[in-house]
Amino acid sequence: MNRANMHVWGWLLLLPAAALLALFTHYPALATILHSLYSTARPNRPSRFIGLDQYATMLDDPVFHQVLWNNTIFALGTIPASIALALLMAVWVNDRLAGRGFLRLAYFTPTILPMIAVANIWMFFYTPDYGLVDQIAGLFGFARHNWLGSRDTVLGCLIVLTIWKEAGFFMIFYLAALQQMPPNLAEAAALEGASRWTFFRRVTFPLVMPTTLFVLINAVINSFRLVDHIVAMTKGGPDNASSLLLYYIFEVGFKYWDTGYAAALTVVLLALLAGLATAQFLYLDKRVHYR
Amino acid sequence: MSAALESRGLGRGIETCGAWLLAVIWILPLVYAAWTAVHPTAYSAHFVLDAPLTADNFARAWDAAPFARFFLNTVLLVSMTLAAQLVLCTLAAYAFARFAFFGREVMFLLVLVQLMIMPDVLIVENYRTMNALGIVDSILAIGLPYMASAFGIFLLRQTFKTVPAELDDAARVEGANFLQLLWKVYVPLARPTYIAYGLVSVSYHWNNFLWPLIITNSVTTRPITVGLQVFSSVDQGIDWSIITAATLMTSAPLLVAFLLFQRQFVQSFMRAGIR
Repeated sequence: MNRANMHVWGWLLLLPAAALLALFTHYPALATILHSLYSTARPNRPSRFIGLDQYATMLDDPVFHQVLWNNTIFALGTIPASIALALLMAVWVNDRLAGRGFLRLAYFTPTILPMIAVANIWMFFYTPDYGLVDQIAGLFGFARHNWLGSRDTVLGCLIVLTIWKEAGFFMIFYLAALQQMPPNLAEAAALEGASRWTFFRRVTFPLVMPTTLFVLINAVINSFRLVDHIVAMTKGGPDNASSLLLYYIFEVGFKYWDTGYAAALTVVLLALLAGLATAQFLYLDKRVHYR
Repeated sequence: MSAALESRGLGRGIETCGAWLLAVIWILPLVYAAWTAVHPTAYSAHFVLDAPLTADNFARAWDAAPFARFFLNTVLLVSMTLAAQLVLCTLAAYAFARFAFFGREVMFLLVLVQLMIMPDVLIVENYRTMNALGIVDSILAIGLPYMASAFGIFLLRQTFKTVPAELDDAARVEGANFLQLLWKVYVPLARPTYIAYGLVSVSYHWNNFLWPLIITNSVTTRPITVGLQVFSSVDQGIDWSIITAATLMTSAPLLVAFLLFQRQFVQSFMRAGIR
């Protein structure tokens, strides 16, 4: 094949995928910025340019502040816990403990279930009186509690459910990393008389650090991307106590049909994700220099 | 890990207990759901060994909503999306791996953007686009934003790059053109990657919910996840036995496939995760 053909065929092969990516990823990401500068079209009032008015509204919108705060709490509540559990699970499954087949099955199964199905099951746990949580709490003499109906507990309930759903998924990445670790490391450590904890702290944990960063980035993306359980369990309530940024976008865009404001909110979400991408890029850059 | 560090009597015993305790806690919600689904409502939170078994909850759930249609929609969605993904990602990955075309690096970076900014968060604008295309409330509209998958392109490009150049040359000497080369050499060698990507894609789209909820509004287009949500929020009040039966029913195909091919699933997810 000559050089000119190389260019032509390369582009032709790429074209179908590139066209779809442009239409459903790049175009909407840019269009949402443009649309956030216009008012929402109403039957009696067409859309018009309003500059940064949507963003001014946003700064004064208590619900926006609330969902950002909720999203922060949700991320801080789910990410460290599910990563720590994932690493623990991976070490155990990798370690040929008795019944590791069952262990792996038990840890991983929540991952392949639809979030919406999982949310339905967990909703029953949290039901006042009849629910499993209240029944168990009742055995220890605690009073009934409306777990999903109370501002204080609703976000915590969603956090617990999300950790349960995600830990097994992240375990897989750690398992892959652990299986690539040279076995003679453990043998050497044993000869030195190192305890398992020392070995984990000084050898395993540093070696799986790249995996931890990879998982961390995925976990952060997930905390902004996944709101299925909110639709099923709380609809963001009570009083927006469990609403996250994407759920708020969904509400504004498809319940109130205020697409202009929803576009502005999407810009904030995209800015957060772009910031994350930049951080990852800078980190990867650094890692390349280290080698 | 080697036998040397493993066998430390007491410590190991404690760890095994911990691992099992965590596993039991992890599997408990599912065991519980299964219990509720196969017993009469009266026993849904009442655990006695002689509780009568019943398939009634499943039958009632099946009759209460058009689940057969929802299943069909999901199967159509998942197979259509996967088929398109396999073709588009293979071609694009081949271009990135073996063609030094003008602008390759920039285009590759533009593809990777989708790893961060997924269609899941672009719901408002993508709805607008589907509306302009006149395909709101169609199965095609559910799958379309996901068909060019950056993840698939990336994964296949990595695999294609490991194909030795000698194989490439040998096939070319035989007179194969580059599309035959792709089909006869690259695709067969990337089989494990295709299986891995396929499993990840199928479980992702079987489980996807928010975008299908937004873009569909009729029985003939709703996938099983949306059908389940509409069913459990509107039709049933609080009959938990029926809701859990429906819930298990919707997850059953994936769950059964997972139990049968557990090793394959786990290895596929692992393969997909190593970059």
